[in-house]
Amino acid sequence: MQLTGAEIILECLIREGVDVMFGYPGGAILPTYDAMTKYPQLHHVLVRHEQGAAHMADGYARATGKVGVVIATSGPGATNLVTGIATAMMDSSPIVCITGQVPTSQIGTDAFQETDVTGVTLPVTKHNYLVYDVEDLAYTIREAFHVARTGRPGPVLVDVPKDVQNARTEFVYPEDEIRLPGYHPPKRASEGEIEAALRLIEQAERPVILAGRGVVMSGAGAEVLQFAELTQTPIALTLLGKGGVPESHPLSLSMMGMHGTGHANLAIQNADLLLAFGMRFDDRVTGNLKTYAPNARKIHIDIDTSEIHKNVRADVPIVGDLKVVLQQLLPKVQRREHKAWLAQVRDWMEDADERDIVHQDAGSRLLAAHVIHDMWQATQGNAIVVTDVGQHQMWEAQYYPHERPHTLITSGGLGTMGFGLPAAIGAAMGLRSTNVWAIVGDGGFQMTMAELATAVQERVPVKIAIINNGYLGMVRQWQEFFYEERYNATPMFTPDFIALAAAYGIPAQRVSRREDVIPAIDWADSINDGPVLVEFAVEKHDIVYPMVPAGADLHNMIRRPAPSPDSV
Amino acid sequence: MKQTLVALVENKPGVLNRVASLFRRRNFNIDSLTVGRTESPAISRMTIVVDTDAEKVAKQLYKLVNVIQVEDVTNVPNVSRDLALIKVQVSAETRGQVIQICDIFRAHIVDTSPETLIVEVTGDEEKITGIVEMLRQFGILEMVRTGVVTMVRGEQALSPNGYHEHFASRGNGHSANVL
Ligand SMILES: Cc1cc2nc3c(=O)[nH]c(=O)nc-3n(C[C@H](O)[C@H](O)[C@H](O)COP(=O)(O)OP(=O)(O)OC[C@H]3O[C@@H](n4cnc5c(N)ncnc54)[C@H](O)[C@@H]3O)c2cc1C
Ligand SMILES: Cc1ncc(C[n+]2csc(CCOP(=O)(O)OP(=O)(O)O)c2C)c(N)n1
Ligand SMILES: [Mg+2]
Repeated sequence: MQLTGAEIILECLIREGVDVMFGYPGGAILPTYDAMTKYPQLHHVLVRHEQGAAHMADGYARATGKVGVVIATSGPGATNLVTGIATAMMDSSPIVCITGQVPTSQIGTDAFQETDVTGVTLPVTKHNYLVYDVEDLAYTIREAFHVARTGRPGPVLVDVPKDVQNARTEFVYPEDEIRLPGYHPPKRASEGEIEAALRLIEQAERPVILAGRGVVMSGAGAEVLQFAELTQTPIALTLLGKGGVPESHPLSLSMMGMHGTGHANLAIQNADLLLAFGMRFDDRVTGNLKTYAPNARKIHIDIDTSEIHKNVRADVPIVGDLKVVLQQLLPKVQRREHKAWLAQVRDWMEDADERDIVHQDAGSRLLAAHVIHDMWQATQGNAIVVTDVGQHQMWEAQYYPHERPHTLITSGGLGTMGFGLPAAIGAAMGLRSTNVWAIVGDGGFQMTMAELATAVQERVPVKIAIINNGYLGMVRQWQEFFYEERYNATPMFTPDFIALAAAYGIPAQRVSRREDVIPAIDWADSINDGPVLVEFAVEKHDIVYPMVPAGADLHNMIRRPAPSPDSV
Repeated sequence: MKQTLVALVENKPGVLNRVASLFRRRNFNIDSLTVGRTESPAISRMTIVVDTDAEKVAKQLYKLVNVIQVEDVTNVPNVSRDLALIKVQVSAETRGQVIQICDIFRAHIVDTSPETLIVEVTGDEEKITGIVEMLRQFGILEMVRTGVVTMVRGEQALSPNGYHEHFASRGNGHSANVL
């Protein structure tokens, strides 16, 4: 069958199981947009800014586990993707971006809308390609999907010059093997590694599991839980590990790290064995590396060999897929009790519970933590939550326990403001779900709120909760703690979000009293034919506790003072 | 301490760029990097001398999809060669002295003019530094070095033709003794 390069791209997408593409047209990609008219089974979502397309594809990928697809034109179209690609790279999210490029004859001439896109994206993609010859196109797209979704997943970009999209050739889908002599994602552990891990596990008296995004990505939740129950080992989660194991489980310590729970951080600092399962010891997780878990030996299981010894020296490093490695390990693991250790951990937990704002009366103030707690109640903990970046993100992490994998979608590694709304749109479209909540700050929402129009045009039933504190709250918190309350460039004007929603034809409500929170959530949950927005006007000067200042020892948390007996 | 790595990479456009970008991104100091063909047209070979933990460098290189194999040869008996071309100022009196020094270092004179000589010398780091030091007194007008290329001594061969078996037996190049 003779096809054009543009048609070949779309044929290949169909064979990869793609059903939706997020994109924006322009000169250099027009042949592909024109060819789309022949492939109605591929749904194209027109975004309002290419960054939105990349975040949507990312949200789609994180929600479904499938590869998200982005289409954009050359030059400014492609450069607008960069933030979204870097976000996906940091959190190992599989997306494939197809960008138009100027014709091969014009490459290198500073042609109209020419940018060296493979050059620009080289450090923020897992891999990228510039296709010079239509004969290579089908195989390249196949390889791009393979690289994106295997091993440690990540974003891949394929840059296709306009003449390559127009050129015709015989289309044969390359069924043959992927030809990458140096690319062999590891799977299994060696017997020696398993034995070495078992020895440390048997000797441990105070073990803690550190469950990261690798648990979610390898689908190893059941194995982690089985290991934890068998050995009575408490589980601390990274932000991106949330949902990997049910947080309601008695062994769960919830989130570790900078804004993690006191009990998770104290358990880590007092442990004699850390079992790092698919997590990369990010600096938000470890605090000061010199004083991090000083008495603990470490077993580090990760699919990416370069993560081993990168930040924390492992006593037993195992490179492999977490699920496979745990399945090798589990039959050999002995039952353990760790009664004294668990009692100690429970004491820390009770102390944290006492300080918890959830149990404190806020008077007439509406606290974001209470909003999120009530939201969790109203949605019965069942929503798929997508957050933006800032204080509201941390309150989500603290007050919305997740029970199932892929139900919290958040930008962890890059911390990209503006991620929330578009990623939620992508997630809702991928899951065809009416149960996706975007929790965003007033600042981050304004970075990508143009995508409201996309949600309306596509009738995406996404629920948007704006936590409006009138500030770039997380930065304000740092200014309060570390810059003597000089609030420079953090108070911000916001438009009337309800009127804004009305301009888009989106139903919206503003809530400023605690008793209105649950009814508003229920109301939003009843609207399922398009987006709906609820603005929560919350306390402006609130603080996320606990906090480990950047670079401080993990046990030196700034904690919320315990309530004094005579306070109301 | 300086460490020497040998890497086999796919001969595809942009691979050198990927490696160079990786070194800058990860804050690795390159002392020298050479790249050239091998007996297989599909594969290029790099010799990389770094001032960083070689294990870290190798692990990061493996993240590049086009990198096939990386060996740390720092502590393996090997032959390392660097080639230098050195343009030296000479006069009627000093010409003989320079030629004598070249003899001692087994260097060749590859170009002459009434006032200059180009000396070609091949050897390891020490030998080149040695001759440069000796020639400095006459006045070095220009110098260029290719950077080090390295090959392990003996029967062990890092051959692109063998990479499939090599990888299968080494478990993805992740086992500790490779790095
Ligand atoms: C404002 C802000 C505050 C933050 N505060 C915190 C905080 O308090 N606590 C916290 O935890 N985080 C916090 N973060 C997030 C933090 O920056 C990191 O993104 C996060 O800790 C990374 O978690 P991770 O290592 O589990 O996930 P990733 O960074 O995604 O790493 C996953 C690891 O798993 C490995 N892996 C992938 N697939 C597999 C597999 N199949 N088998 C085995 N291994 C696999 C990968 O190679 C990688 O090493 C914060 C972020 C922001 C923006
Ligand atoms: C694109 C981008 N720019 C800047 C930052 C730095 N930053 C981190 S949190 C934050 C404040 C976020 O404010 P808002 O969206 O209102 O959320 P809040 O913290 O108030 O909940 C800023 C500016 C960032 N993470 N991303
Ligand atoms: Mg705010």
